[in-house]
Amino acid sequence: MSNTTLFEKVWSDHVVVEETPDTPAVLYIDLHIIHEVTTPQAFTVLRESGLTVRRPDLTLPTMDHSTPTTPVSSFRDLAVVGESAANQIRQMETNCRDFGLDLIGFGNEFRGIVHVIGPELGATQPGKTIVCGDSHSSTHGAFGALAFGIGTTEVGHVLATQCLLQRKPKTLAVNIDGKMPAGVSAKDLILAVIGKIGVDGGTGHVIEYRGDAITALDMESRMTICNMSIEGGARAGMIAPDDTTFEYLSGRPRSPQGADWDAAVARWKRLHSDDDARFDKSVTLSADALQPMVTFGTNPGMVIGINDPVPHGGGDPSFRKALSYMQIESGKPMTEHPVDVVFVGSCTNGRLSDIEEVARILRGRKVAAGVRMLVVPGSQQVKNQAEAKGLDRIIVAAGAEWREAGCSMCIGMNGDTVPQGKLSVSTSNRNFEGRQGMGARTVLASPATAAASAIRGRVADPRTFA
Amino acid sequence: MKAVTHIKSRTVVLPTKDIDTDQIIPARFLTTTSRDGLGQSVFYDLRYHKDGSAKTGFPLNQATARSCKILVAGNNFGCGSSREHAPWALLDYGFQAIISTEIADIFRNNSLKNGLVPVVVDKRIHQWLLDNPGAELEIDVANTTLTMPDGETVEFPIDGFAKYCLVEGVDQLGFLQQHLERIANFEETRAWKP
Repeated sequence: MSNTTLFEKVWSDHVVVEETPDTPAVLYIDLHIIHEVTTPQAFTVLRESGLTVRRPDLTLPTMDHSTPTTPVSSFRDLAVVGESAANQIRQMETNCRDFGLDLIGFGNEFRGIVHVIGPELGATQPGKTIVCGDSHSSTHGAFGALAFGIGTTEVGHVLATQCLLQRKPKTLAVNIDGKMPAGVSAKDLILAVIGKIGVDGGTGHVIEYRGDAITALDMESRMTICNMSIEGGARAGMIAPDDTTFEYLSGRPRSPQGADWDAAVARWKRLHSDDDARFDKSVTLSADALQPMVTFGTNPGMVIGINDPVPHGGGDPSFRKALSYMQIESGKPMTEHPVDVVFVGSCTNGRLSDIEEVARILRGRKVAAGVRMLVVPGSQQVKNQAEAKGLDRIIVAAGAEWREAGCSMCIGMNGDTVPQGKLSVSTSNRNFEGRQGMGARTVLASPATAAASAIRGRVADPRTFA
Repeated sequence: MKAVTHIKSRTVVLPTKDIDTDQIIPARFLTTTSRDGLGQSVFYDLRYHKDGSAKTGFPLNQATARSCKILVAGNNFGCGSSREHAPWALLDYGFQAIISTEIADIFRNNSLKNGLVPVVVDKRIHQWLLDNPGAELEIDVANTTLTMPDGETVEFPIDGFAKYCLVEGVDQLGFLQQHLERIANFEETRAWKP
C-alpha cells in the first residue's frame, strides 16, 4: 500500500464490513474502556435485551469521574460525593460483577482516569482501535491508535458486538515544524493549534500531528497533544509510533512480551503515513516562537500568549458574552488577573511529568495567600510514583492539597468544584461556562503556568520562575 | 427508537456560537443511572439563577417557547463532551430537531441514535432563522427538506442509513447483530490479536 495515511492503515485493518452509500462500515474495536458515568444506561439495555458482553477481555472498566479524591476504604466514604454519585459508583460495581468484567476499582493500585491508565497498563498500543464513552479518548492516539469518544448507545453496541457502525472520517494533517523553546510545553503547543484551527476546525476529521516538534516530544507530552484534539472539533488525533513509543510500552503489564513483543514492534513500525500520503486538509505551525498560552474566554480556541493583550473580537456577540462571563476586558494581558483556585490534574495534564514540573516550581515556595491549589494525580500509579520521588511533600509544604486519583475539578462531578464567580487556573481541557462548577471562570494553562500562578496569586508567566 | 418522519413547529433561537454539551446539560446532572427526566436540567445554568429562579431573558423561559420542537442554534452546536445526556435532555424537554450551520460530530452521532434530527443549513437560511425567532417551519425527514414560512424549501444533508433509522425507528444495534457471523470470522482470521 502506498499513498496511505496512518489513519487509513489503522481503519482498513479493522473493517469487518465495508461501508456502502446506504450503510456505514462495521468497525472492530480492540479496546473498550468504560467508566461509571456513561455506561449505566448501556448496561440497562443489555439487561433488557438479555445480551452479554461479547469480549470482557477487551473491556477495561474503571471508576474516575464521580469518585472522591479523598481515600475510600469502604462504601461509607462515598458519602462525600453525594447520594446520586455514590449510587452510580455502586451501580458500576454491580454491572461489572453481573457481566463478568474485571473492574479496576477502589483499592486497586492501577485505578485512575481512563485515559491515564490505558497507556500505563500497556493496554493502549499502536494500531489498535480504542473507544470510551468520553470525548478525551483521543488521548490514546498518541500511540498511533485510532481512538475516539462515543456516546452511551454506542457503548452498548461495543459491549454487545465489539463493533461500531462508522462512516470513514476525513484526514487533517497538523504539521509542527521547528523546536519548542525552553519554558513552553505540549499544553502550550496544543492550545496554540486550537487557537489557529478554531474549536470546529477538525470537525469530521481525524488529525495526524506530524513534524520535528512532534517527534521530539516524549509520550506524556504526545498524550497531552492528542488529548485536546476534540477541543479542535476532531474526534481523534494520532501520532505515528516510533522508538519513543516502543520504549514507553516495553515491559508494561499488558504490553506484548517476548517473541510477541518483537512481532508487535515489527508490525507497529509500518504504522506511519507514506511519504506521498494525501490528507484532505493540512495546516502548519512553527514551534520556534511558541510562548506559554492561556485562555481568556469560554472555549479552548479563545487563547493567547501569556503576555499578549486579550483581543477585541470585532463585535461578535458570542465573543462579548464570553468576556462578560469571564469578567475579562479586551486590551490587557491575562497576567493582570487575580487567581482564586489552581487545579493541576486531569487526563490532559495529570501525569508524572506534569506533577514533576509543578513540584519543580513549587519547591521552596509558598502558594499565595487566599489561593486554593489542588493537585490531583491522574492515577494511583502516578500518585505512588510521585510520592516515591517525594513530590507530594514539596506540594504539601507549599500549601497545596495532594489528593487521590480522579477527574476531580476538571469536570466537578465529585464535589471538587470552583465556587461561583471565582477564577481558576487549570491544567484541564475545558474552560466552558460552568465546567468546573456553576459560575466558575476557568483559565486553561500548562502545569508550569498553573504553578507559577499559584505562587504569584495572579496569572503568571512560568518563565519568570527558574 | 421512536420513528420521526415529519416535524412542524415554531422555532426557539439560541444564537450563541459553540454551545457545548456542558451548557446543554451541566456535569452535575450526569450522576443519574437513567436516561429519563433530564429535560428539567436542559440548559440549566442558562435557564436558572443559583437560587433556582428563572432567568427571564433566556429564550427557553419565554411562554411561547414551551411547545417549540425545533431549536435553532449558533454555529458548532453540541461541541465538547460526548455525553449522550445532551440529546436525551433536549428530547425529554420536547425538542425534535436542531438547526445550525454546523453540528459537532459526537453530538450529531448521539442525536441520530435517539431520534433528534440534526439539520445543517447554509449561512443565508441560518441568518434568517436567527433573525426571526418563532418562525413556523416544517421538516420532512424522509425527503430531508426544510420548508421555510414563505414556502421556500431547502434540502439538508443526512447520512442515508441514519435517515432510514430515523424514519423507520430502527435500532442500530439490531443491524450490527445481523453481522455477528462476520464479526466472529474477523476475530478468527485477523492477522494479529489485540
